[in-house]
Amino acid sequence: MNGASVTDLAALARRPLFSPRAWAGLAATCVALALLPGLNLVFEPGHPLHVSSYAVALLGKFMCYALAALALDLVWGYAGILSLGHGLFFALGGYAHGMYLMRAIGRDGVYQSDLPDFMVFLNWKAYPWYWAFTEHFWYAALLAVLVPGLLAFVFGYFAFRSRITGVYFSIITQALTFAAMLLFFRNDTGFGGNNGFTDFRRILGFPITAPGTRAALYWCTLAALAGCLVLARAVTQSRLGRVLTAVRDAEARVRFLGYEPLGFKLFVWTLSAVMCGVAGALYVPQVGIINPSEMSPENSIEMVIWVATGGRGTLVGPIVGAGAVNGLKTWFTSVLPELWLYVLGLIFVLVTLLLPQGIVGLVRQACERIGRRRGAGAGQ
Amino acid sequence: MRVIAVLLRALALAGVLALATPAWAASVDPALLAPLASTKMDERLDAVAALGRLPDPLAAEVLQALAGGRLYAAGDGRVLIDTGAGAIDPASGQALPMPGDAKRIVINNRLRRAIQDALAVSQLFAAEAGQRLAAARRLQEGANESFRTVLEKALQQESSGEVKAALEVALANIDLSSDDPARRRAAVAALGQTGRSSYRPVLQALLAQDEQGAYAEPDESVREAARGALRAIDRRAAAVEWSGNLFYGLSLGSVLLLAALGLAITFGLMGVINMAHGELLMIGAYATYVVQSAFRAWAPGWLDWYVIAALPVAFVVTALVGMALERTVIRWLYGRPLETLLATWGISLMLMQAVRSLFGAQNVEVGNPSWMSGGLAVFDGGLVLTYNRMAIIVFSLLVVALVWLLLNHTRLGLFVRAITQNRRMADCVGVPTGRVDMLAFGLGAGIAGLAGVALSQLGNVGPDLGRAYLVDSFMVVVLGGVGQLAGTVVAALGLGGINKFLEPYAGAVMAKIAILALIVLFVQKRPQGLFAPRGRSVE
Amino acid sequence: MNKLADIKGPVDAAGEEYAGPGGEASYGRVKPAGVDTSHGAILYLDGITVSFDGFKALNDLTLDIGVGELRCIIGPNGAGKTTMMDVITGKTRPTSGTAFFGQSIDLTKLNEAEIARAGIGRKFQRPTVFEHHTVLENLELAMKADKRVRPTLFARLDSEAADRIAQTLDLIRLGNQAGRLAGLLSHGQKQWLEIGMLLMQQPQLLLLDEPVAGMTDAETERTGELLNDLRGKHSLVVVEHDMDFVAQIADGGKVTVLHEGSVLAEGTMAEVQADPRVIEVYLGR
Repeated sequence: MNGASVTDLAALARRPLFSPRAWAGLAATCVALALLPGLNLVFEPGHPLHVSSYAVALLGKFMCYALAALALDLVWGYAGILSLGHGLFFALGGYAHGMYLMRAIGRDGVYQSDLPDFMVFLNWKAYPWYWAFTEHFWYAALLAVLVPGLLAFVFGYFAFRSRITGVYFSIITQALTFAAMLLFFRNDTGFGGNNGFTDFRRILGFPITAPGTRAALYWCTLAALAGCLVLARAVTQSRLGRVLTAVRDAEARVRFLGYEPLGFKLFVWTLSAVMCGVAGALYVPQVGIINPSEMSPENSIEMVIWVATGGRGTLVGPIVGAGAVNGLKTWFTSVLPELWLYVLGLIFVLVTLLLPQGIVGLVRQACERIGRRRGAGAGQ
Repeated sequence: MRVIAVLLRALALAGVLALATPAWAASVDPALLAPLASTKMDERLDAVAALGRLPDPLAAEVLQALAGGRLYAAGDGRVLIDTGAGAIDPASGQALPMPGDAKRIVINNRLRRAIQDALAVSQLFAAEAGQRLAAARRLQEGANESFRTVLEKALQQESSGEVKAALEVALANIDLSSDDPARRRAAVAALGQTGRSSYRPVLQALLAQDEQGAYAEPDESVREAARGALRAIDRRAAAVEWSGNLFYGLSLGSVLLLAALGLAITFGLMGVINMAHGELLMIGAYATYVVQSAFRAWAPGWLDWYVIAALPVAFVVTALVGMALERTVIRWLYGRPLETLLATWGISLMLMQAVRSLFGAQNVEVGNPSWMSGGLAVFDGGLVLTYNRMAIIVFSLLVVALVWLLLNHTRLGLFVRAITQNRRMADCVGVPTGRVDMLAFGLGAGIAGLAGVALSQLGNVGPDLGRAYLVDSFMVVVLGGVGQLAGTVVAALGLGGINKFLEPYAGAVMAKIAILALIVLFVQKRPQGLFAPRGRSVE
Repeated sequence: MNKLADIKGPVDAAGEEYAGPGGEASYGRVKPAGVDTSHGAILYLDGITVSFDGFKALNDLTLDIGVGELRCIIGPNGAGKTTMMDVITGKTRPTSGTAFFGQSIDLTKLNEAEIARAGIGRKFQRPTVFEHHTVLENLELAMKADKRVRPTLFARLDSEAADRIAQTLDLIRLGNQAGRLAGLLSHGQKQWLEIGMLLMQQPQLLLLDEPVAGMTDAETERTGELLNDLRGKHSLVVVEHDMDFVAQIADGGKVTVLHEGSVLAEGTMAEVQADPRVIEVYLGR
């Protein structure tokens, strides 16, 4: 045998999901993040270990964004499909959950009616048919998963089948979310028009603004994020993941190997949409509002920059990127609001020009350099 | 000021009297004047009508004074016109001081209407056709049998076709209440021929049925004629609407064309996705605003021509911005369309914020110059083709022609086409690719600037002007086929037309959504667009 | 299909039934499964015409390849060699004509992936390996397996598959590069990797488009040996310009000369080299 033995090969092929170090890091981060709401609940405000409710809510929101960014990285970083309309799936998940939350207000609204305030305001007498069963939490949860998934499946089927790729595809996703936004802005569509859903009172019987509820939502989001990270990793490390990256690099060539790219793209596209929908569904109760501007093309494009800033194709990068960019945004909009758009624009330009591998790529390069220097220093 | 106004009026009246006096054989018959002050409405109405039939300008003056509250009744029964500096007795034409016991003659709405009608009657014989036309139109409304004779008389004397038609309609209106079915039929036919939808209720009233099913109009032949007339009116209305849609569709198409043309060059020919394209439109519009302000400040007399001056300014400014963009950012990203997309999006954010800081976040006012204001009324006033839109249609075609010339008959155009097809080869044969890239990008940007000038004349100018057109511009380019000017033209005009024709059925928002859906479906079937590049493509 | 059904096997210029290596008229020690080669031919092209806006890249091309045969296709540039491969693999649809894989598989009705799964593998002119994947991953991707979405998601590399990959690595002499990114290989190594990928597909028909372009002499000879080994177990169509290489692998087998989209001449290497038309158009005096 020239070189490799069979067992060597099998070892090479049987990659673990994460290296032991990575598992450790992931676990540590999860534990650290999970502690924060606990600190908020256990200690009183004023205590040095207390974490403010504001911080908990903010982090919860960031984690939802991170999940959406993770979903986008699956399709963009690994399959090479740049979607400029992922905000649509996020918003649809949010609206689905929002329907349940609006129902859960019960009679505590301004008009004290069984119908949500905006329906009373529009002189509607009953719920439209698509609101049926949304008073059940499990049904709304199902919708939050099914609606984005189904839309993604149908759209993706037609788009990928006609082999629309690259820039054309991106532009069409942008048009899709734009059209949806216009649709949801209309009052007749039955989703609250430009005000959307807000003024939620309770979820599953618990008051929605109570610290305990917030903590529970936070932990759910953390679990979802961690779970989806592991799931995404499993998908990308499987042979399907390798086929996907091959499709990203040279789609035509992959066809000649006998793979039909349609099925593979559709799988990851739908999975990504579902993840995004889940992110949106977790987002709405924590933020307390959803309106059609979540579907705006601007929002979707901002998601893309989260992924690019963190480092596309790394799964962890987009999570970091979402946190970094949104952290900057929160800081700027409270301290120097007029400057925020300049900063955001600059981030777009600088990341694409100078930082194609993102933050994670930068860190990796730095580690490599340190490793090499250390190796050279040890006189290897 | 008031003194001057009063003096001017007195002078005018004096002038009229001075000029007119020799022509009168007699002045207004006092027998007609006295009833104006009577308490009985019928007498007053009759007097008014009679005065209207008099050819004397003085009679008209009396009526106008009555309408204006300047007619007084003196204690001795005389009726006097108040000139502000005294009074005039229309019975004699003489001026005299206003008697102390004179009381103003008060009128009500019914009298006011009657006065208007009477004045109109006297205007039927005015020297100017326009006045006669207006009078005839006025009399169409208040169909009064008493006017029949005077109308027929005017009709006999009338020379202008337009006025004749108006007089005929006025007579038809009177005939509608005639006892003779033949007359009614003729009247209905005449009304139908006008095509005016304002006559629809009158005609429909003839076809109305009461509880027993009896028609308001007893004669069947007249009812038939009424139905025919209604159909004619509907046809006319449809024609007006259709023409309106065509015009507005063309107008919208021309705007889309201007907006998308620059993008077609940068995207289609150079493969650069420029998400800041909308902001280039916006900069062009703001440049127009600045030019307008400059003209207002330094050359107000030439304000009407600021648009012409704004064209080169907008072109140069946006071209410079575009070239700067190309040199600093886009140059490093050729061949990476998705990265270009993101980077230019960032630039668009910064440009929008910069404009907000400089000019404020609200819309700024950019007005049409006088030669672009107003419009051409067609279909008897049913449709107005505004001049500003017409100018923009013409302008957009001019720009397309210029671009076509540039691309196909100049060296720069040749170089751009070469680089599009094979950049490396063009480099090898000595085409200065860097410079050509910059110039071509500048051209695309400059055209966007020109589009911005056009947009400023049509709608609001604000920092988010560009966003509204970005998605549409991309749709036009995608639909028209990459790298094809003809495709862009057809796609833009087509989309504009379809949008306008869909709007009445679905509303503006749904029309837009429908179009987006249609484009997505179309691109599925034919991904290369309407006019695809022929031959074997290098993948 | 009637006229083709009469052909038992390819015939040479003299009209006599051609004898393959070993002098036997029947081919193939291994009967390929799934493809109906009961009539001895694995590929039929009949009257294929491909026209691009008036320019005829292929003009009434008629050709057939026998099971287990190694056919060399030569001809000047623009003769339509690559277009012919495009038609066979489904990348280009012919304007007219029929193309059959075996007796029953109509190539003009299938797409690229279906044709690849049916058993036709292609090696491209320029190496098109997946640069961001390792050598091992490249081979794993190409490996013959159930290539639908679900099986691929849950696929595991079992020992049998690992064995096959190891053998191929051995064959293409990249055993010690298994973990290396394919983009970092040399040109010749990339060509070999691509051949390896082709072998992993276990196709019945291999289409090789200039397999030795850019290789050193030693590599070229090695490639020739490999192809000769494959003949009989697989059917091969090799397009080449390197006449020495063609001579090495033709080895008494048939050579087809294409010119301007159709077959100009067909026969053994010697016959073709002596053919005056071929000399004029391609080989030169």
